[in-house]
Amino acid sequence: MSLDPATVRRIARLARIGIDESDVPALQGELNGILGWVEQLNEVDVEGVTPMVGTGHAALRTRPDVVTDGNCRDAVLSNAPDGVGPFYTVPKVVE
Amino acid sequence: MTYTIEGKTGAWEIVVGLEVHAQVISHSKLFSGASASYGGEPNTHVSLVDAGFPGMLPVLNQECVAQAIRTGLGLRARINLESRFDRKNYFYADLPTGYQISQFTHPIVGEGTVEIELSDGTVRHIGITRLHMEQDAGKSLHDQDPARSFIDLNRAGVALMEIVSEPDIRCPEEAGAYLRKLRQILRYLGTCDGNMEEGSMRADVNVSVRKAGEPFRTRCEIKNVNSIRYVMHAIEVEATRQIEVWEDGGEVDQETRLFDPARNETRSLRSKEDAHDYRYFPDPDLLPLVVEQAWVDELERGLPELPDDKRDRFVKEYGIPRYDASVLVAEQAIADYYEEVAKGRDARLAANWVTGDLFGALNRTGRTIADSPISAAALGGMLDLVSDKTINGKIAKEVFEDMLETGDSAAAIVDRKGLKQVTDTGAIDAAVADVMARNADKVEEYRGGKDRLFGFFVGQVMKAMAGKANPAMVNEALKKVL
Repeated sequence: MSLDPATVRRIARLARIGIDESDVPALQGELNGILGWVEQLNEVDVEGVTPMVGTGHAALRTRPDVVTDGNCRDAVLSNAPDGVGPFYTVPKVVE
Repeated sequence: MTYTIEGKTGAWEIVVGLEVHAQVISHSKLFSGASASYGGEPNTHVSLVDAGFPGMLPVLNQECVAQAIRTGLGLRARINLESRFDRKNYFYADLPTGYQISQFTHPIVGEGTVEIELSDGTVRHIGITRLHMEQDAGKSLHDQDPARSFIDLNRAGVALMEIVSEPDIRCPEEAGAYLRKLRQILRYLGTCDGNMEEGSMRADVNVSVRKAGEPFRTRCEIKNVNSIRYVMHAIEVEATRQIEVWEDGGEVDQETRLFDPARNETRSLRSKEDAHDYRYFPDPDLLPLVVEQAWVDELERGLPELPDDKRDRFVKEYGIPRYDASVLVAEQAIADYYEEVAKGRDARLAANWVTGDLFGALNRTGRTIADSPISAAALGGMLDLVSDKTINGKIAKEVFEDMLETGDSAAAIVDRKGLKQVTDTGAIDAAVADVMARNADKVEEYRGGKDRLFGFFVGQVMKAMAGKANPAMVNEALKKVL
């Protein structure tokens, strides 16, 4: 599998990363390098092998339905660059 | 009969599938211990997990899983003992992590079915494709500031169930019936309050059109429609738009659209151009969810009687028509009220009073069954007076109105107003004789063959006795002398 320049630009847009047109060839080379490396896995015969979803055999942990958290607005908003009163704010997003 | 929309080139069928987002009733959120309740101060029902702080890890709420399984069972669906969580990636200001944890490839609930009934009595089965758990997003407030949107994350991370139907719906009425039935089931189960106005249940509507016998054509998705009436309108409006596009030689693009009820049109959401490229992948923070069949069985044993079962039981046990039974099981509280009235009494009479006079009274007074001005015991007490012939049906209406106004018991009202039915044959015979004497001309006409005057005599006698006479005895007495 190999990425063309258009796909590189599309991936960047989906990830909301602004790139210069001049960066595209270098990124294309790096991404294709990564894909090529991962593609080596295709050489392994996995016919009949159950997909592995984790290294542990532990079951997913769950918690009881109890309110134990929240009410920490100051901490929640501590990194907000432009908080107003009890809110985060962002540049206006309207459909 | 198939519902069609007439275009320039003939009749078109419509094909609809619904994706319903139902907010799970739980105390805390799907993956954090913050409160899931409504109405908190902005950004107070938020943990650092919900706010997407680095290093915070999700821990699944067991009760939300139970609620999803209960719902699956209520939809007569397959429960998948192993399911998984995936990340659905998109950027939006009220989604702090940049992804929603959802279930994409392995949902917790598989195929099921919902039975709907249309106004003409037709019964149809709408297939359920799947139900999966996912997180809700936060809320953006756009009207607080000219240049900025304000973000409240109280809803972020609250558990939702997305319930996806098969494209089995063929007309707006079926869509409405499906949503009402789904809401009824969720409310019976206590897994979602089904309140569309408050947004705890909302629908995405997939619509396409086709000529009879064709395979499916391209569909459009109308996002976030928040009332049953709007869903029905949106389907009609969107189908009409698509028919015009096809008939003008165009192609319908698969896209996301918004329904604008004020202008009665749907509009393309161009900003969602990439919206379907979510780059799902398994959430590395969460292992597969494995549930035991024994637990599913235990949850199943704890389910309440579901509306379809209750309706069928009412028909069988109380001998009431299926339509009345459907009306009575619309809400659990109504069904419970009815059963209390009907137990040990004339169940058909009870059904008539509950669906007729009581519903009318609730409508007029703007009350619900839960705060009904007349309790089930009080209405039952009144029906007892009808059954033992203390009062007749006509007087019962008067007593009912009095109960509504004063809250007194039927027996007390009958005493206070002296409404006890007259069964004294002497008093009835006297009234009959008096009416006949005053209407000698009508008696002549009746005897000359004008049979329908009989009703007139009954009315006159009842009037003379202030409505309190036993109607059967009046009929009897009149027949005898006439």
